[in-house]
Amino acid sequence: MRAVISVIGRDTVGILAAVSGECAKYNINVTDVTQSILQDMFVMVMLIDITEMTIPLTGLADRLDALGAEKRLSIRVMHEDIFNAMHNI
Amino acid sequence: MIQTKDILETINMIREENLDIRTITMGISLLDCSHSEIDTLCRKVYDKITRYAEHLVATGDQIEREYGIPIINKRISITPAAMLLASADDKDAVKLAVTLEKAARACGVNFLGGFSALVHKGFAHGDRELIEAIPEALAVTEHVCASVNIGSTKTGINMDAVRLMGQVVCDASARTADRGCIGPAKLVVFCNAPEDNPFMAGAFHGAGEPDCVINVGVSGPGVVRAALAKSEGLDLTGVADLIKRTAFKITRMGQLVGSEASRRLGVPFGIVDLSLAPTPAVGDSVAHIIEEMGIDMCGAPGTTAALALLNDAVKKGGVMASSHVGGLSGAFIPVSEDAGMIAAAEAGCLKLEKLEAMTAVCSVGLDMIVIPGDVAPETVSAIIADEAAIGMVNSKTTAVRVIPAVGKAVGDMLEFGGLLGYGPVMPVNPVSPKRFIDRGGRIPAPMQSLKN
Repeated sequence: MRAVISVIGRDTVGILAAVSGECAKYNINVTDVTQSILQDMFVMVMLIDITEMTIPLTGLADRLDALGAEKRLSIRVMHEDIFNAMHNI
Repeated sequence: MIQTKDILETINMIREENLDIRTITMGISLLDCSHSEIDTLCRKVYDKITRYAEHLVATGDQIEREYGIPIINKRISITPAAMLLASADDKDAVKLAVTLEKAARACGVNFLGGFSALVHKGFAHGDRELIEAIPEALAVTEHVCASVNIGSTKTGINMDAVRLMGQVVCDASARTADRGCIGPAKLVVFCNAPEDNPFMAGAFHGAGEPDCVINVGVSGPGVVRAALAKSEGLDLTGVADLIKRTAFKITRMGQLVGSEASRRLGVPFGIVDLSLAPTPAVGDSVAHIIEEMGIDMCGAPGTTAALALLNDAVKKGGVMASSHVGGLSGAFIPVSEDAGMIAAAEAGCLKLEKLEAMTAVCSVGLDMIVIPGDVAPETVSAIIADEAAIGMVNSKTTAVRVIPAVGKAVGDMLEFGGLLGYGPVMPVNPVSPKRFIDRGGRIPAPMQSLKN
């Protein structure tokens, strides 16, 4: 089971470390990371494996919300099913 | 494999283009709550609603968090309340409405629909009592929504009910004049009302529905407009194709959320309503899609054709994305809930008569239109009759939700707040249809009804 973490905002030092640190804390494996620009904003997309996760997905969403507020970034986690449903037939 | 561009597209739709699930609506049959004692009936109604919908809001919130997709409303629709009143000795419809309000508050839902009567062929026990209680019921409750079906392609139009509803709409407004005339904003008069509609104010749980069901309404005018804006130079075949592809994606999301909600709540999944439902927020407007297609302002010549294309493409794109399609399905054109419609009405470009023409090709009807407070009840009735005739002859749902703004005249503004928005008072043709409305009786069903 996988999910996608997206980070949107101003590029600052340590974003990747902070988010992947949070993932490691809950036994979440980061399987892929890409970065790009979306309407002048820095965007980082992380694909994560949540099969062995030690926290509910809503709990992770809360943790990432808090991290986002602290770093002044929008950090959200979304279950992969939403992308599969919308973009694959 | 999930592509990064697909992830970014979805995130952008949600962040920038107001993509959301407009509503998860739980339909609950209350047919087994009938009782001759009104107090017992009310107790059974309250118990069943609160038992079935206990986890609805929490489940919706959880799905929203896990999938990262906003779910704006969680709602309940019930068996048309007039059917319950039929069995009660004391047909105290207001008491029932107050009970529904308490149940809606206990469940934490945004709206509860189904304070309704189906009178397209005539009045049964409880129907008249319920209809006459609508103004008071809407004044003393906040979350309860009412609807009355006064016509259908199969049965024709019950003009006695049409005459009654003109008065009820005006009374509902007068009873809530101190609160922005909110009463009639929660009241829909239908022709060909669907039994599985998740959208308010017209949602009710039809008699042919299962005991409990989850229906979902999607939204996303902003996404369609943005897709069109990025694709200049397309001819109208290309425009239709682009809208279909966009509607497909939006609807797939609705299908996913609906089936997930159904699984978690242990309730069958009913339908996805393939809708473009605007909000007053900038960038969430159906009128702006029409303008993006090349009409300088919504309401100008060409608007009906553009809306017909849009409505059809939304359905074609959505139908393959969903296992069961139902409800109203199409593009909504509520004036006060759509920033582009509000602007066009204020500029005098969008008029009531043009809106009536647009309702022949959109999903519903004359919706959230503010009219002068001194409009005669028979004129409201005649507006309802015209709209019902369009629905009856074209075998489609049509509806009227007009708000007579007490104490206000053409050009004034009426503010509802929230999703209901605000709207300018629009002019209504002052010539009287009173003699026609006073005739009463039934307009016979058209030839289209004889399909067997």
